[in-house]
Amino acid sequence: MTTAATTENPASGARGDQPPVPEGAVTVTVKILRFNPETDSEPRWESFGVPALPTDRVLNLLHYVKWYIDGTLTFRRSCAHGICGSDAMQINGVNRLACKVLVKDLLAKGDKPTTITVAPIKGLPVNKDLLVDMEPFMEAFRAVKPFLITYGNEPTRERIQSAADRERFDDTTKCILCACCTTSCPVFWNEGSYFGPAAIVNAHRFIFDSRDEGAQERLDILNDAEGVWRCRTTFNCTDACPRGIQVTKAIQEVKRALLFRR
Amino acid sequence: MQFHKYDVVIVGAGGAGMRAALAASAEAGVSPKTAVLTKLYPTRSHTGAAQGGMCAALANVEEDNWEWHTFDTIKGGDYLVDQDAAEVMAKEAIDAVLDLEKMGLPFNRTPEGRIDQRRFGGHTRNHGEAAVRRACYAADRTGHMILQTLYQNCVKHGIEFFNEFYVLDICLTETDNGPVCTGAVAYELATGEIHVFQAKAVVFATGGFGKVFKTTSNAHTLTGDGMGIVFRKGLPLEDMEFYQFHPTGLAGLGILLTEGARGEGAILRNASGERFMERYAPTIKDLAPRDIVARSMALEVLEGRGAGPNKDYVLLDCTHLGAEVLETKLPDITEFARTYLAVDPVTEPVPVYPTAHYAMGGIPTNIHGEVLRDNDNVVPGLYAAGECACVSVHGANRLGTNSLLDINVFGRRAGLAAARYAANHDLLDLPENPAAQVEAQVAHALSEHGKERVADIRTELQATMDANASVYRTEETLKQALHDVQALKDRYAHITVQDKGKRFNTDLLEAMELGFLLELAEVLVVGALERKESRGGHAREDYPNRDDTNYMRHSMFYKQGDGLKGEIRLDYKPVTFTRYKPMERKY
Repeated sequence: MTTAATTENPASGARGDQPPVPEGAVTVTVKILRFNPETDSEPRWESFGVPALPTDRVLNLLHYVKWYIDGTLTFRRSCAHGICGSDAMQINGVNRLACKVLVKDLLAKGDKPTTITVAPIKGLPVNKDLLVDMEPFMEAFRAVKPFLITYGNEPTRERIQSAADRERFDDTTKCILCACCTTSCPVFWNEGSYFGPAAIVNAHRFIFDSRDEGAQERLDILNDAEGVWRCRTTFNCTDACPRGIQVTKAIQEVKRALLFRR
Repeated sequence: MQFHKYDVVIVGAGGAGMRAALAASAEAGVSPKTAVLTKLYPTRSHTGAAQGGMCAALANVEEDNWEWHTFDTIKGGDYLVDQDAAEVMAKEAIDAVLDLEKMGLPFNRTPEGRIDQRRFGGHTRNHGEAAVRRACYAADRTGHMILQTLYQNCVKHGIEFFNEFYVLDICLTETDNGPVCTGAVAYELATGEIHVFQAKAVVFATGGFGKVFKTTSNAHTLTGDGMGIVFRKGLPLEDMEFYQFHPTGLAGLGILLTEGARGEGAILRNASGERFMERYAPTIKDLAPRDIVARSMALEVLEGRGAGPNKDYVLLDCTHLGAEVLETKLPDITEFARTYLAVDPVTEPVPVYPTAHYAMGGIPTNIHGEVLRDNDNVVPGLYAAGECACVSVHGANRLGTNSLLDINVFGRRAGLAAARYAANHDLLDLPENPAAQVEAQVAHALSEHGKERVADIRTELQATMDANASVYRTEETLKQALHDVQALKDRYAHITVQDKGKRFNTDLLEAMELGFLLELAEVLVVGALERKESRGGHAREDYPNRDDTNYMRHSMFYKQGDGLKGEIRLDYKPVTFTRYKPMERKY
């Protein structure tokens, strides 16, 4: 594939001299899909040479570009260790958190030069560079009633729940709403109205919580034309989840709950 | 520019902000029109990174009561804690945990199905006899579950959020009785537009400022914005010299490994494999409070007993816990060690070293979350809660889990107080040109006035703070830090922002954040220089003892004059005592 409008950064970037290169660093090419609707008519690839240590996270490389070469590069990040869910992006074609991918796992074999491609997650409108509009994603999340639903008086103390009942939905409580799963799903790409894996994961978290009394409401929502039946079990979502959630399994469990409630 | 009118505006969508929003909207018995403004998206806030637990004397697994929790909190804070506030927190902890459970939080359970509890540093039975199981937890992602649960309940109650709205100023209207808070001014990241939110009550829940340090467990976005805004308005900050270094950060990276690991039985060892905490805290050993453990680790390294090729860290040994405990009770930290250091805690000890973690100080408030403008008077309409606030329940050193407790107890209290205040007061007029200051700030940052890079100044700030204002401090190192920070402030006047656009200008955002970091770093260092004693998280090598005669008092910092170069005036506030007399702190 040709890379239109690729620019190599000069030794001294627009931001002045670059900081000293740490010992053991190799220069890798970070190829980023850029798009600023204020100035660009369409997305373009841009490459930057960045000194990288094997232990660097891809997020470090993006910071290097932003801080020392091109301050207009735009992406979200916060915690930098895989817990806040801000920096989901496509890294070498797969959805990952930039703070959880280390350079050592991306280095080319032998003496070959390394290129790391970074693009925004797919299926959500791109606002600027790697930063996408999360609102459609959050809307789907909110639509499945992602909160504990109970009726009657509250107990004085805590509700009792056995360790086994607590374990039943443990996996889906790990979700950080990063959108890696939903934006790796071909059905979501093609039919943006599909709730997507993350919303179903969060519905699962409550449907299988023994304290919850709202399972039927949520199952009715997910039985909709845009609901769980759209899932084609491609397992992209499970592969993409940075928290290791068995996403496809959770979706299958919701489907089964729908079948067996009749 | 856009104008909005609300009864209650909450700034920050971490644990304290969302708990305040829920209290204001659903628990206060009034229905104020409420908005939550957040620099991030909800659920991105750093509450989500908290791991180990939230203490409350539920006594689900062994005898416990809130009075013991109060005592532990006060002793843990080296007696600088306001004792009335600590009592409120320990007492209300029980309902705070039960409220979260009722909201849906999936706590780990005992065999009887009750909320399970585990040990944590400094939390003891009967005033220090032995470690007690007091921390309620959800694996090692308790903060994540709190943040998710609170957001889920905000969705349930239809709370209105303004995401990626960066608050840069508050509106203070002068009245005969002093300043009254009448709103907040925000920069909308998506558009570059400035928004004025007129409000009857404003709650600040903006978090900490750990990014003044290089090695920190804090998120990139923790830049002390709220504290900085309040300070620039001439309002005080309290006890800023007290900064907590968490003992177990991943060596070289600072990523947090929960104290809950030691709560489950993990042991700190030096290069020769010795369990060195037996020497420093013979009774509760590895479960001593964080300041003591962090200093012990630093001493081991300073005295040549560190592990690794450069002898610059110690080891957290979890290998005897077994794969099952690690996978079920500590799965996230197990993964962090594997991902970031390629060390498997199941089979190898993990390299750890103290990491900048938590600001004990902040915006002074009373127990209702009302912000103080001096030792005696509040700013009507302005509230603060969570890490950005100083109640003070943490004193000179916060106990583990008490921050998750703080955000729930005092987040709720601030939300209730703000809602009730709003119900009983009319909207006051805003000051003239409320957005002028922020407009000028943004315009100046975008104008051409120099070539200094934000990243360079920030890197140098973090380097000097790590080297000179960290676990151990001396007059000499602090003077160096002060000199460096002031020089960096001079250079900050010449920064350049490369992105001149209006759309998602995070280049501009980072420049603003750096301004707050510089401001707060200077306050921290000035406070540390002036406090010629060692107490809790503030350890002076040149003044190694606690000095209750001269320093049993809170520091109060006021900014004098305009601009980044304004002077800092230091004043003092007495500590509130109820029933606990200061004693020597031994564990």
